[in-house]
Amino acid sequence: MPTYPLYDNEGDTLQAANGRKLRDVTIEAALDGSLRIEDVQVHRSALLAQAEIARAAGYVPLAQNFARAAELTVVPRGEIIEMYNVLRPGRARREELDALADRLEQQYAAPLCAAMVREAAEVYTARGLLRHRDAL
Amino acid sequence: MAGLKRFRVLEERDINRETFVESWPEAGLMVADSPYDPAPSIRIVDGRVVELDGRAEEDFDTLDVYIARHGIDLAVAPEAMALDSLTIAHMLADINIPRAVVLRLATGCTPAKLVDIMRHMNVLEMMNGLAKMRVRRIPANQAHVTNRRENPALLAADAAEAALRGFAELETTVGVARAAPFNALAILVGAQTGRGGVMTQCAVEESLGLRIAMKGLTTYAETLSVYGTEQAFVDGDDSPWSKAFLASAYASRGVKVRFTSGTGSEALMGSAEQRSMLYLEARCLCVTRGAGSQGVQNGSISCIALPESLPGGVRAVLAENLMASMLGLEVASGNDALASHSAIRKSAKLMLQFIPGTDFIFSGYSAVPRKDNMFGGGNFDADDLDDYAVLQRDMQIDGGTRSITEDEAEAIRRRGAQAIQAVYAELGFPAIADDEVEAAVQAHSSDDMPVRDIVPDLVAADAFLAGERSMVDVVAALARRGFADVAEHVLTMGRQRIAADYLQPAAIFGRDFVVQSAINQPNDYTGPGTGYRVEGARWHEMAHIHQAKSPRDFIVDRLGSPIESLAGYGNAKRGGSTEVVVAIGPAFGRIITKTIGGLDHEEVLKAVLTGIAEEGLIGRVVRIWRSSDCAEIGHVGAKLSGSGVSIGIQSRGTSIIHRVDLARLNNLELFSQSPSMTLDTYRAMGRNAARYAAGKMTTPVPVSVDNWARLRLIVKTALLHRRESEEIRDLPPEALRFDWEPEV
Repeated sequence: MPTYPLYDNEGDTLQAANGRKLRDVTIEAALDGSLRIEDVQVHRSALLAQAEIARAAGYVPLAQNFARAAELTVVPRGEIIEMYNVLRPGRARREELDALADRLEQQYAAPLCAAMVREAAEVYTARGLLRHRDAL
Repeated sequence: MAGLKRFRVLEERDINRETFVESWPEAGLMVADSPYDPAPSIRIVDGRVVELDGRAEEDFDTLDVYIARHGIDLAVAPEAMALDSLTIAHMLADINIPRAVVLRLATGCTPAKLVDIMRHMNVLEMMNGLAKMRVRRIPANQAHVTNRRENPALLAADAAEAALRGFAELETTVGVARAAPFNALAILVGAQTGRGGVMTQCAVEESLGLRIAMKGLTTYAETLSVYGTEQAFVDGDDSPWSKAFLASAYASRGVKVRFTSGTGSEALMGSAEQRSMLYLEARCLCVTRGAGSQGVQNGSISCIALPESLPGGVRAVLAENLMASMLGLEVASGNDALASHSAIRKSAKLMLQFIPGTDFIFSGYSAVPRKDNMFGGGNFDADDLDDYAVLQRDMQIDGGTRSITEDEAEAIRRRGAQAIQAVYAELGFPAIADDEVEAAVQAHSSDDMPVRDIVPDLVAADAFLAGERSMVDVVAALARRGFADVAEHVLTMGRQRIAADYLQPAAIFGRDFVVQSAINQPNDYTGPGTGYRVEGARWHEMAHIHQAKSPRDFIVDRLGSPIESLAGYGNAKRGGSTEVVVAIGPAFGRIITKTIGGLDHEEVLKAVLTGIAEEGLIGRVVRIWRSSDCAEIGHVGAKLSGSGVSIGIQSRGTSIIHRVDLARLNNLELFSQSPSMTLDTYRAMGRNAARYAAGKMTTPVPVSVDNWARLRLIVKTALLHRRESEEIRDLPPEALRFDWEPEV
């Protein structure tokens, strides 16, 4: 079980999404231009640790959210925003939602997110929240 | 004016600028307990919910499906739903039942069950419940920082000041959507100037907000709105699944998420489905928890005027805060949008969240003047900051802010504005001129700012959003321009993203980036002596508001050197029948030399003696040593007076006309309003005393009544009296020679 807060207790092992060590995220690196936004982006392992911590404290749906978020850390920025927009009501046909679920599962190894999209597709179909073919 | 004059006056009062209507359940205009609200029920078959609050699975709408699958802990549901709602209400109100016990049961409740529990509770019981169920041990506060002109220097200055004032989160938004990345940047830089660790956000359309967050310009997102009916949800351009995905998307970039909901939104959007506001809010909260949001901004928020137009509206808003905290959700409890014209009403409403303390008492205290608040907020604004600090001090309640001095404010505003100026210069954004910085330091509102061409700003903002530059470049810009501390704070916000500790429930950063959340600082209140107590350094800080003075030197301007023409010559004796004794207190004219109203004691004596002389009698001055009490001074004087009539004067100026045959606490005339007395009053007092002594018909001296004087001057009154009492000696009354003759 990781010790909360990770920043104080797991600082030696924490790393950013792209593998840069927390201790290497410095002003000097920002000044010499070697620091990128990915260097201050959370790594999936930290989110999984936070999920474990949340679950142990009784915050189960929050833990599930962190687990989904861990999956999404590898999805590029623009694509996440696009996925979100597809998932909004009336935006996608059933096939598009199914394709999104497949892409999450196969391309990004994101089974939890894929399951969520599949559930949405099922409910959207039942409740008329898919995009209509003839809609503007 | 026809009718009763008092009713005409009432009509003009602020409270009567509000709209009050009767409930109309069919239109959703009912805060709670609509006859159309379902009774609580749940049926679980093989781990699947087949009935929820009276609705069968085949009739579930999207919210029902989501709640049935994600919003209820089915392992707890049978136990929780079998418990009498009244029993759970008791558990909420009972300080001896720990938070964890209620938390567990609440996760097994359906929306109708949650509402049914609230039905049994009055506001006092709910406040007790909220004090216990608040997620974080220590309450906090959030501020709005916006301005109508989207001026970056002013945004940064205001953010810096708000951060220094103790707000744990700052939220901005835009008038023009394209300004969003720059506004987010300005409050990020301003906030980290004011205090490292203050979290910031920019409320805009969801996907734009996500883009800004992913550039590292914001650390939390709050405006993920959810609604209690399917139609309203879809009108809000989301479903529970898209909102849950959005929550995960934010978390994947280390951004804290808080959903938003609140009573009245569905009725306002015309799709309340005849349900009460509170029932629909309970549905929102089950969706919010189920979707994995760590918290919620609720308490009607921008719809607040709607529940407040209805009976029980303010109680219902408290109930929604309480339901959220029961579900383990961090609550940012409203008090942001304009809720009332009446200062009495808005303050009274605030107490329901302020006294128990919520995770964020305001989900946007307007740190800027109301007219610059782009949220439609400003129920409490920059002009109310001193009032708010005094409320904290009065009740010894931590409202999440501190009082700062003008010098502190000026310094931090300048530093914040200079920091954003440096960032703009370094990143090649349209220059912020020195006079803009200085105007931002001094400004009350954006009216005080020089005109800035917004078009180049918007073009630059578009490019910034589209490009690869991010908070990392902001850090470098700050460091390069000599803002090392601010650069370090901004970078630390980035480093904290890697740890993601602040994604946990109710997380904020205290001093030195120490995270406080449900994990390491859960609310552990179980009655007196437990939980968070306001004490130590924090209480000291709250007690010492910037206006507070030391009482020790409060009366210095009323002290002076003894009146030279006033000298003692032995024990006072009884005199002849043509005299009036003027009895003065122990400190009069020797330690204290001015009345509370600022009149010189020497002039006071002259006025009194002149008045007596005008009626042909003689005034004889006597000092009373054994008492500082006005009645006693006068009464002892009367016993020495040959005519039996005396005037007693305390050093602060309070006076009495006494007569020997009257009881000590009785009098002929009492002048208790010493601050409003003039030399003419003292002279008239002398005349009247002489007339009483001569047995003439006498009209009491008219005195002006100022009921505010006591309020204004009570500290001074107490201190002057204390000083005079220090001069009491066990000595007989002393005869005084006053070396002066009245000209009559």
